[in-house]
Amino acid sequence: MAEKIVSVQSSLSSAPPLEIHDLTVAYHKKPVLWGIDLAVPPGKLVGIVGPNGAGKSTLIKAAMGLLPFNSGWVKIFGQPVRQALNRVGYMPQRESVDWDFPVSVMDVVLMGRYGHIGLIKRPTKNDREIARECLDKVKLLPFANRQISNLSGGQQQRVFLARALAQQSDLYFMDEPFAGVDAATESAIVSLLQELKNKGKTLMVVHHDLPTAREYFDMLLLLNMRVVAFGPTEQVFTPDLLQKTYGGKLTILSEVAEQVRQKGTQ
Amino acid sequence: MRFANYDSRFTRCLLLLAVILGAGTINVSAARIGDISETDIVGQAVRFFTFQDPAVRYALIGSMLLGISCGLLGSFIVVRKMALVGDALSHAVLPGVALGFLWNMTKDPVAILVGATLAGLIGAATVTLIKQTTRLKEDAALGLVLASFFAMGICLVTMIQRLPTGNKSGIDKFLFGQAAALGPDDVRLMAIVTAGAIAAITIFYKEFLVTSFDAAFARVAGFPAQVIHYALMLLLAFAVVIALQAVGVVLVSAMLITPAAAAYLLTDRMSRMLWLSAIFGMVAGATGAFFSFLGPKLPTGPFMVLGATSVFVLAFLFGPRHGVIVRWLRQRSRARRVQRENTLKSVYHVLEARDFKGEGVSLRELAERRRETIEDVKEQASNLRSNGLVSLHDEGDVIFLTPAGWQLACAIVRNHRLWELYLTNAAQIAADHVHEDAEKIEHVLGEETVRQLEKRLAGMTTDPHGKPIPTLADIRQGTGFSERPTEPTGYGKR
Repeated sequence: MAEKIVSVQSSLSSAPPLEIHDLTVAYHKKPVLWGIDLAVPPGKLVGIVGPNGAGKSTLIKAAMGLLPFNSGWVKIFGQPVRQALNRVGYMPQRESVDWDFPVSVMDVVLMGRYGHIGLIKRPTKNDREIARECLDKVKLLPFANRQISNLSGGQQQRVFLARALAQQSDLYFMDEPFAGVDAATESAIVSLLQELKNKGKTLMVVHHDLPTAREYFDMLLLLNMRVVAFGPTEQVFTPDLLQKTYGGKLTILSEVAEQVRQKGTQ
Repeated sequence: MRFANYDSRFTRCLLLLAVILGAGTINVSAARIGDISETDIVGQAVRFFTFQDPAVRYALIGSMLLGISCGLLGSFIVVRKMALVGDALSHAVLPGVALGFLWNMTKDPVAILVGATLAGLIGAATVTLIKQTTRLKEDAALGLVLASFFAMGICLVTMIQRLPTGNKSGIDKFLFGQAAALGPDDVRLMAIVTAGAIAAITIFYKEFLVTSFDAAFARVAGFPAQVIHYALMLLLAFAVVIALQAVGVVLVSAMLITPAAAAYLLTDRMSRMLWLSAIFGMVAGATGAFFSFLGPKLPTGPFMVLGATSVFVLAFLFGPRHGVIVRWLRQRSRARRVQRENTLKSVYHVLEARDFKGEGVSLRELAERRRETIEDVKEQASNLRSNGLVSLHDEGDVIFLTPAGWQLACAIVRNHRLWELYLTNAAQIAADHVHEDAEKIEHVLGEETVRQLEKRLAGMTTDPHGKPIPTLADIRQGTGFSERPTEPTGYGKR
């Protein structure tokens, strides 16, 4: 029965870019996300905000199939994640890689093309051209041949953004793209994200700065282990809901999570 | 600051000394195994280089092949920060080698390859199991597995050597390695594995690269990072196993790590690192084969590893970008520049103290200003002259700034005072706290930063201590030089 619904949905071209149902994820048996339900409409710039440990990064990682989950399902454009990965772009946190790795800026941006190139085949001239354009968009073309450790933090962040742009995806997941960048870079990145959105792409952006969140995003996902609220920014950005997200109202949930870790569920 | 530099230089010297000492002790113990002096070294060397002897050919080709495969796979191990994994894996294969030998009581390369690979994989699985089921972290799990598998292997090898029946020759070579024991079958297997490693890395270079750099991203891009990881581990196990007989279990991990580490110091590109590492491995392999051939019963492994270590030491010292010597030279030239600029600044101060009346500054005046001896100042003055910043008159006793020297002196003083002004004005730091800071910053401020400072501090003409900041006009006009550049060359420009 459920499978039938899946097949019907995937045949519809209007399937939402990201749909999550009853997603629960646990690290070392301790649940960090509880029963997440989400349906993101296309062409939106969505900010994921919440306190530390709210599960923001976990949510996007689970949505991309990088983490195993305990229950629920994720669909991307109506398809299971595995089959839809070619439409997904990812910009991880800067700290997630070793910047002393012996590759040039250009090498990293070209990796954005790898998904399109597929196994074994080499990047073509066209791929290089796209990578160069993306580098130009983040104003790093003059740095193309530099080794990546010879860049400032903000420049490294832009390298990752250029790599994500080179993926030419329809749905993007970005993990704190503004971490450690100066104000000028931040506004440059924001306008690039806006540009992507205007092209009809959907962007899920983990963000931890509340004041700018209101300004940058069309929609906000207030997250604290569960979805506190999801909707257009002007409707969701209310003192009441923010208090619910950041305030100590969820202590029971985290207490239970601790008990689950200690005693197990079975 | 200075102490920190001194400290790191000292550590580097110590490290070097340790390497040399270490090399010495290993040499001594190697000499004890078979005494070089008793044999005809020249005769053996001639025998080696004529390649008449098939044993020489097998030893040399085999050693070079293993150098290539270890160098290539080692590169990925090093950039993935898995050097310890390579070490553990190479020790974990020993029981498999022994069991492979026991299979039909001969040194059958294929049986040993299968046994050793299985043992290596079981070792790797054990590490994963320990990591997942206990609180122990990877390093402890690796140490545990390494030691226990190695101990098991030693017991089995000892047992085999005591067996009354069968052809036991060769099993003891797996500990320290003997290239001369390589036969045609061994070399054939080595060639197959090396060719396989080269082919895999060439075909799947892109996949190995992206999964090594950013595994999560690679998975989102649709690459099976786990599968690629295990494929790499399997190739690594093969490379270790074919290297075992020539290098020995004890040191084989060094052939994975050392050539790759040397290559890592020399280049910033993965493809070049692979090339260099393979070449270094090959050179080290050939070196080991040659030296162990010079005397009877000389183990090959230690010589190979010492060959690789020599390459590493050379890269460590003379690497064009990250090499110790280049860094030292760079640091020295920076220190000299700072010294020059400080002397020029003092000349400016002397001139300023007498309202720029008269151009010449005597060495005595300068020495008093700098609180240094005449000899020190004299040396600095001749350094300045050789850089075209001053001219010396009256038998070298009086210093005249050249136009370039005047510009640089003005620029440094300007940098210093602008920075002091900026700190007191914009950063609200007390006026008596800013001098020390400006002493350092004045030498590093770039042109662009100075322009920004000027913009922020427009209209302010004196520093927090009331001294006038040299203006652009000052830099241009100087104190009445006959030849003057029409445009300032910029501050802090080198």
